[in-house]
Amino acid sequence: MTDNHNNDKSLPEQEGLDPTINQEEAPSENQPHSQAKSPDSNQKSDQNKEMDQTFDQETNNDLKEGNETQQQAPSPENPPNNSELPTQNQPTESDKEKAKKKAAAAAKAKAAAKAKAAEKATSAKAEKTEEEEELPSYNQPLLNKYVEVIKEHLGEDVIEEAYINRLSKHVPTIVTTPEAYYSVAQFLKYNEQLGFDFLSDYHGTDFETHYELYAHLYSLLNHQSIALKVKLDHEHPSIESLAQLWEGANWPECEAYDLLGIEFRNHPSLHRIFLGEEWKGYPLRKDYQPYDEEV
Amino acid sequence: MLRTEEMLLNVGPQHPSTHGVFRLVVKIDGEIIKEAKPVIGYLHRGTEKIAEDLQYTQIIPYTDRMDYLSAMTNNYVICHAVETMMDLEIPERAEYLRVLSMELGRVASHLVWFGTYLLDIGAVSPFLYAFREREAIINLLTELSGARLTFNYMRIGGVKWDAPEGWLDRVREFVPYMREQLQGYHDFVTGNEIFHQRVKGVGTYTRDDAINYSLSGANLRCTGVEWDLRKHESYSIYDRFQFDVITRQEGDALSRYHCRMGEIEESLKIIEQAVEQCPEEGKILAKVPKVVKPPKGEAYVRIESPRGEIGCYIASQGKKEPYRLKFRRPSFYNLQILPKLLEGENMANLITILGGVDIVLGEVDG
Repeated sequence: MTDNHNNDKSLPEQEGLDPTINQEEAPSENQPHSQAKSPDSNQKSDQNKEMDQTFDQETNNDLKEGNETQQQAPSPENPPNNSELPTQNQPTESDKEKAKKKAAAAAKAKAAAKAKAAEKATSAKAEKTEEEEELPSYNQPLLNKYVEVIKEHLGEDVIEEAYINRLSKHVPTIVTTPEAYYSVAQFLKYNEQLGFDFLSDYHGTDFETHYELYAHLYSLLNHQSIALKVKLDHEHPSIESLAQLWEGANWPECEAYDLLGIEFRNHPSLHRIFLGEEWKGYPLRKDYQPYDEEV
Repeated sequence: MLRTEEMLLNVGPQHPSTHGVFRLVVKIDGEIIKEAKPVIGYLHRGTEKIAEDLQYTQIIPYTDRMDYLSAMTNNYVICHAVETMMDLEIPERAEYLRVLSMELGRVASHLVWFGTYLLDIGAVSPFLYAFREREAIINLLTELSGARLTFNYMRIGGVKWDAPEGWLDRVREFVPYMREQLQGYHDFVTGNEIFHQRVKGVGTYTRDDAINYSLSGANLRCTGVEWDLRKHESYSIYDRFQFDVITRQEGDALSRYHCRMGEIEESLKIIEQAVEQCPEEGKILAKVPKVVKPPKGEAYVRIESPRGEIGCYIASQGKKEPYRLKFRRPSFYNLQILPKLLEGENMANLITILGGVDIVLGEVDG
C-alpha cells in the first residue's frame, strides 16, 4: 500500500497517466499565473455548461423554457465552449506526445522530476485557489442573493460562512450558527421566492473537531439547489430537529442519532432506528470502539 | 353491536409481502388499522462504516447489495460522485454502455415490482410473465458483466468490460419484444376490473404530502410533480435522448402503477436511441490513476434510480479512502410515509399500500 501511495504522487507526471492532471499542470509549469488558468477553467465551464444554461435561464424565472432550451444544444453560450472542445479531446494525443517526449528524455534524472513534482504540487495548489478567486462561479449571484435575503430577514450574524462548493457541481453552500439553524431552514422553506421545499438529503458527519449536519435542499419552484450546513459542538452535539418542517427529516435524524449520537431536540420520536436501543456507542463516530469484538 | 378491542399484530419480519426483512407493528381495532409502526434495521450492514476503510473502487461491490434489484444505478452513483470531484471526462462508449445497462436495469426492476405487486394483491400469473422478461434482461446484463444481480460493472472513469460481440444487436432486438410483452401486460392487467377495485383510490396522498415526506421517483410523480433527475438535472448523457417524464395526478396506488408502467416504455425509448447512437469502437475507461484520490473537499450528487432519487455524499481528505461516505437511499425516505397512509385504513389494504411504495430492504437499511 505504501508503495502505491508513493508511486502515485509521481505517476501523473512521469507517465502521463491522468489527462486532467496533465492539462492542469502543464501550463502551470511554464506560464505565469494569470495566463495559466484559461485552459483549465474553460474546460470546467464547458463541462458544466448544461447546468450553467439551466441556471441562467432559471434565474430568468421561466422554468418551462429553461427545460426546453436545455435540450437544444445550441445557445448563445455554446460557441466559445465549442471552440474549446479540441482541448478536451486532446488528452489522448497530448498523452502520446508526452509519453514519447518522456521516453526520449528518460535520461532526465529522477531527482529533478521529484523536485519538479513537489514544486508543481505547491504551485498548482496556489494557482488553483487563485483561479477560484479570479473566476466567480456561475452560481455566485445566486449565493449572494440567498445570503442577502437571509441576512435581511434573520440578522447579520446567522451565517457563519457562505461559499460555492465547486467539487459538488457548484452548489451554493451556507453554514449557519447552531442557534439560527432552524430558523434559517424555516426561512428557506417558506420564503415564497426561494421555496426550498424539497429535502433531498440530510445526514451528519464526524469531523473530529466538530460534528457537521448537511442538508441538501431543492426548490421545485426555481429548480435550484442549496446545501445548508451547521457545525455542532463535539462534546454534546445537539440541535433543533427539522422534522417539524419536513416530515421527511424524521428518519434521517433518527439515523444520525443512531449512528453518530447527535441529539435532535423536539423530534417526534427519536430512537435508534437501525441498531436498537441496547447498542453501545455510535458506530460512525471516528473514535468508535466496538463494545464486543466478536460482534 | 359487536364489541371490538384493540389488538397488536406483527407483520413480518419474515413475510413474503414485505419483500425482505421488514417488520410492521400494527394496532388494529376490528379490521381498521389504528396505528402502524415500521421497524427496520434487520438488514443493516453498516455499508457507510465499512466504506471508510476501503478504497473507492473497492466500495463499488457493496453498492450492488443495497438496491439489489437495480445494482447498476447504485454502481453509477458512487462512480459519478468520484468523477464529479475529480472532474473526469468519461469516454463516449463507456457512457453509452452505462446508460444502456442502467436503463435495462430500470426495466428489470420495474418488472419485478409489477410481478410481485400483482402477486401481493392476488394475481399469480403476471408474476410469471414479468419474470420471464426480466430473465431476458438479466441474461443481457450477465453477458456484459458476468453476474446476474450484483454486477460490479462500473468503474471510476468508465466500465469494466466492453460489450461482447453482437450484444448491442441483441439489445436492439429486445426492445420490440419487450414492447409487445408490455402491451400484453396492459391487455391483461391494466384494464382489469378486479385490479382496479383493489388499487383505485387506495393509499392516496397529495402533492404537498409527497414533497413534505421527501418522496421521490414514481411515488412523487404520481401526484403530478414533474421531477425526474434524468431530465431536470441531467447527468451522464441523458440530455441526448428524447423521452417523457410520466406523471399522474391522482396520487393513489393505481397512479403509481401507471407511472411505473409508463417508465418502462420511456426506458425502452432511451435504450432504442442509445443503441443507435452508441459508437462501434472506443475506449471504455478513462485514464485514471491506479489509486483514486479525489481532491480534499466534499461533494453530493444524485441520480434517478428506479425507486427515486439516489444520492451519494463523499467527504474526502485527499486520501485513497473516503473520510465519510453517505448514500441517500430512496427507499429509506419513501417508506417514511407508510404510517400516515395506513392509519384508518382497512387491514386488507395494508399490503396494497406497502407494495405500492416499491421498497427494497437492502436499501432501506443501508
